[in-house]
Amino acid sequence: MTEAPYDEALARAHHDEWGRVVAGLARRFGDLDVAEEAAAEAFATAAERWPVDGVPPNPGGWLTTTATRRAIDRLRRESKRDVKHQAAHMLLDDSPPEPTGPVEDDRLRLMFTCCHPALAMEARTALTLRLLGGLTVAEIAHAFLVPETTLAQRITRAKAKIKAAHIPYAVPSAGDVRERLAGVLAVLYLVFNEGYLASGGTHAVRIDLSDEAIRLCRLLRTLVPDDGEVTGLLALMLLTDARRAARVSRSGELVTLEEQDRGVWDRRLIEEGHALVRERLSAVAAGGPAPGRYQLLAAINAVHTAAPAARDTDWSQVVALYDRLVALDPSPIVRLNRAVALAELDGPHVALAEVDRLAEALDGYHALHVTRADLLRRLGRSAAARASYDRAIELAANPAERTYLERRRDQLTGE
Amino acid sequence: MPRYMLSVYGPAERPEFGGYPDKEAMLQAFADTGAFNEKLEREGYFVFADGLEAATTATTVDGQGETPVLTDGPYVETKEYLGGFWVIDAPDLDVALTLAAEGSKACRGKVEVRPFQTEESFKDMLGP
Repeated sequence: MTEAPYDEALARAHHDEWGRVVAGLARRFGDLDVAEEAAAEAFATAAERWPVDGVPPNPGGWLTTTATRRAIDRLRRESKRDVKHQAAHMLLDDSPPEPTGPVEDDRLRLMFTCCHPALAMEARTALTLRLLGGLTVAEIAHAFLVPETTLAQRITRAKAKIKAAHIPYAVPSAGDVRERLAGVLAVLYLVFNEGYLASGGTHAVRIDLSDEAIRLCRLLRTLVPDDGEVTGLLALMLLTDARRAARVSRSGELVTLEEQDRGVWDRRLIEEGHALVRERLSAVAAGGPAPGRYQLLAAINAVHTAAPAARDTDWSQVVALYDRLVALDPSPIVRLNRAVALAELDGPHVALAEVDRLAEALDGYHALHVTRADLLRRLGRSAAARASYDRAIELAANPAERTYLERRRDQLTGE
Repeated sequence: MPRYMLSVYGPAERPEFGGYPDKEAMLQAFADTGAFNEKLEREGYFVFADGLEAATTATTVDGQGETPVLTDGPYVETKEYLGGFWVIDAPDLDVALTLAAEGSKACRGKVEVRPFQTEESFKDMLGP
């Protein structure tokens, strides 16, 4: 509230315009370093000029123009000969972006470049957050618990590969777009989950990561509005994020879905998520393509968030949706999640038998032991439950989750 | 246009039928690879392609001293050695990767795609 208006305007411009400015420069100059550094210089100039000159009427346009000039200055400085000619040409280039695929937006091209399958997954997330989200190297390093130098190196190497290997700044052709979009969605979901259930450490930046993933997914949806999985992922993230306030207790302990205070769920996000799920249901009903993984997960979350209390959950609906998910992706993790729902529908005995079939494949995965412990507890097998809690605690990296599991274990009555 | 090397690696010593299950499979892979080469030529990507004799036939020469030193065998000691390669011109990595996937299917091997150095990257190396 006490912030000067230009500070707020600058923060808002950074939030709204960073990705657009970087993406526009990347297309025009074909060089990520030039784009990123020129954008950073433009924001630095804004921080100097806006308090003196006032906030320009069109901050985005002002930033793009300033950054473009900086980029041209830089290219001129770097080479007195051939690039000078090129830079002079670029200065005159006011042509609209060339159409390169089904959708034309610089940020979408940059998103596909950052999430290119030829780059390592860690590099994809780091580049997306840096170039499109405008997060600093320090923030990203902090969020993913890696040393800043490691992350800086990862970004530098990825940018060098993009340049040397000629990874295109292009939206893939219509035929490839769905396949490549899956990789982009995987990056966004990874960023979201890192924010939602951090693998360890402190919290501050991680909440920003969930927000950032939602923001980038909203952007993606405006660019590719008719892809069901983009809509599905946005719905999934909104419906998950809506429960954020109820998820950790005051004492810093994880609260399960069943025990959450549904009164503090964010109704606005739930409404929005439900609307998106309904939109997909009608699209599928109208003969659209069958729902993918994110749409099914969103639908499952819609069932959960539609129930006024945990006991009102339509478990048969949840299990039916998991059945479709298993048909699509029969991985042990999906089958484990289905077993959790199955316990509510058919009882812990049936679910335990299913979980035990997955025990070998998922021995190193803490959620298996959490589920097993809970089912054994419900069946009154305290000693076995205790052993499973111990193993789950050993494997859980998140402190809030560990606290929760320790309490559950200590509540067990002796056997 | 960027130039890429598509390399196929194989074991140091070639088993019977070059590692293919039988003679027919080997001949089929050769035929498929030949057809792929023709496609590359027809569509204007082809620069050069060939297979190499086994790595055990290599000799390493160090001519940096007074007299050259000759060593039997390849320079790098690994389990897998370069067995053959394509050199192609392609507009960008996406095209090179699509072609590499076709080449991989034809020759029944994994293909490493690596860009050639360009004048620009050489300048970058020298610095401003």
